[in-house]
Amino acid sequence: MTGIFAREQRGSLVAVVMILAGLLTFSFITTGNAGDFSITLLSGLLRGMLLFLVASGLSIVFGLMDVLNFAQGGYFMIGAYVGYELHHAPGLIAAIPDGNLRFLFAVLVATVLGAFLGVILERFLLRPLYSRPIFQLVTTFGVSIIFVEVVRYIWGVSPRSWSIDFGFNEGVFRLFGQQFSVYRIFVIAVGFVLIFTIALLLQRTRIGIIIRAGVQDSQMVEALGINVRLVFTGVFTLGCAVASLGGVVAAPFLGASTGLATEFLLGAIAAVVLGGLGSYEGTAVAAIMVGLTQAVIAKFTTQYLNQPVWESLSPMVLLAAVLLLRPSGLFGRE
Amino acid sequence: MSENILEVQGIHTFIGQFHILEGVTVAVPKGSITVLLGRNGAGKTTTLKSILGLTPPKEGKIMFEGQSLAGKRPYTIAQLGIGFVPEHRAIFRDLTVEENLKIAERKPGDLKKRADFIFEIFPDLQRLYKLAGGKLSGGQQQMLAIARALVPDNRLLLIDEPSEGLAPVIIEGLMNAIRRLSAQSTVLLVEQNFRMASHLADRYVIIDDGVSVRSGNMADLVGDTETIQRYLGAA
Repeated sequence: MTGIFAREQRGSLVAVVMILAGLLTFSFITTGNAGDFSITLLSGLLRGMLLFLVASGLSIVFGLMDVLNFAQGGYFMIGAYVGYELHHAPGLIAAIPDGNLRFLFAVLVATVLGAFLGVILERFLLRPLYSRPIFQLVTTFGVSIIFVEVVRYIWGVSPRSWSIDFGFNEGVFRLFGQQFSVYRIFVIAVGFVLIFTIALLLQRTRIGIIIRAGVQDSQMVEALGINVRLVFTGVFTLGCAVASLGGVVAAPFLGASTGLATEFLLGAIAAVVLGGLGSYEGTAVAAIMVGLTQAVIAKFTTQYLNQPVWESLSPMVLLAAVLLLRPSGLFGRE
Repeated sequence: MSENILEVQGIHTFIGQFHILEGVTVAVPKGSITVLLGRNGAGKTTTLKSILGLTPPKEGKIMFEGQSLAGKRPYTIAQLGIGFVPEHRAIFRDLTVEENLKIAERKPGDLKKRADFIFEIFPDLQRLYKLAGGKLSGGQQQMLAIARALVPDNRLLLIDEPSEGLAPVIIEGLMNAIRRLSAQSTVLLVEQNFRMASHLADRYVIIDDGVSVRSGNMADLVGDTETIQRYLGAA
């Protein structure tokens, strides 16, 4: 994993600034007014932050363990369903009548459950397969299918829409004549706080040094007397917990559906590859880029083409365009 | 003869389906510098990796300070007091020199405690402390790799091909450094450069096609041109 934007990465930073500037200029011209432009920008940031919550674990786990965890989107989906269920269950409404508190409780439980399921997956299914990377890939893919089927068994096939609001989710503010939810700004802020907290953890703590070293050569880290498997379990668990947290904080505006697993997994994979495999900072920047691209394309296609399919295709188009010019991704190593 | 800190007895190691070591026996006296000699692909590096548990042997015994290393994971073997300086150095390129040293601490404060000794042997590292490992020259990376093994209180150092790819003047400095650090730790060295090996080591073990074929005092080997020609291809 690379340090925060080393000198040789300045070229990549310039490319990022140019892509973002092009994207925002395009959005400003096509939306035609400051209100729509601001809302598109905020929607893009929101989307980017949610993608980051799935992609951060994917990126660190891949860098450290060479495991591409296809179940990561499943943790996001489970977070959304558990958050929905705990907030809407009649028994819990009676026990915790305050909506804000009940939502906070749902966030805590969903995050802890995500961590618990992460430990189970890593410890019992992936660990025996460390020497067989293809088997690990197939296993995580299988687990993602199991997650979807279990959710269908418990909650049925119909998506769940958030129907009981809580105080914090009801506040709105006006920006250039357009309304935007205070809660969504809060989610963007949570995303930024997590980006910087994880970056600080990686750069300033001993466990961060071990993780960064492990990304480069986990066998050498073990030879220094460090229990690398324990580090693997910790990092995998943290990645799953953060993805689950993403799902529960997104549920009030995205609802809960099995489609979330695939949708966010694909966006997150695009962000991880675009940022450069194993580069945490690259993943964070790329997640924001992918989110903004999706929001800008969604606004444009809805307004002019009435073809919303381009929204879901846009991360892959952006990815293909960047990889043609830079095969290792924006911040990856050749 | 002094007591052996490490005893490797008839180990057989496989990598995948390949039978790499077919009976290697090495005794390393405490306080000595022992060198493993042999041609490329003879099994010297695999012997070091087998000791550390990175390629665990299927047969044979490895004892460190009288304790069997069988079934132990590499990190627990390292924690017993064995430092490893691998071939090609394995420096963490994106970590600074300071971080490369700090990661080797087994107890908080290890680096602080050993810093004077390390910088006395490798004064250049003090100047390069905040620089990324990937920015160092080959010689500096080798110094860092050895220094990293000196951070905890390792009583045995396994050093693999330290002179590989280095200029003669750097090799000279490295030899001095290994000689000085051997005052505190026993050294088991793998070295292709016979001149360096013969100047440094007290004892030798020759490995040929995965089997240890000769061992003894280095002083005896230096005059034995037939053995040198036969197993090492050098005079």
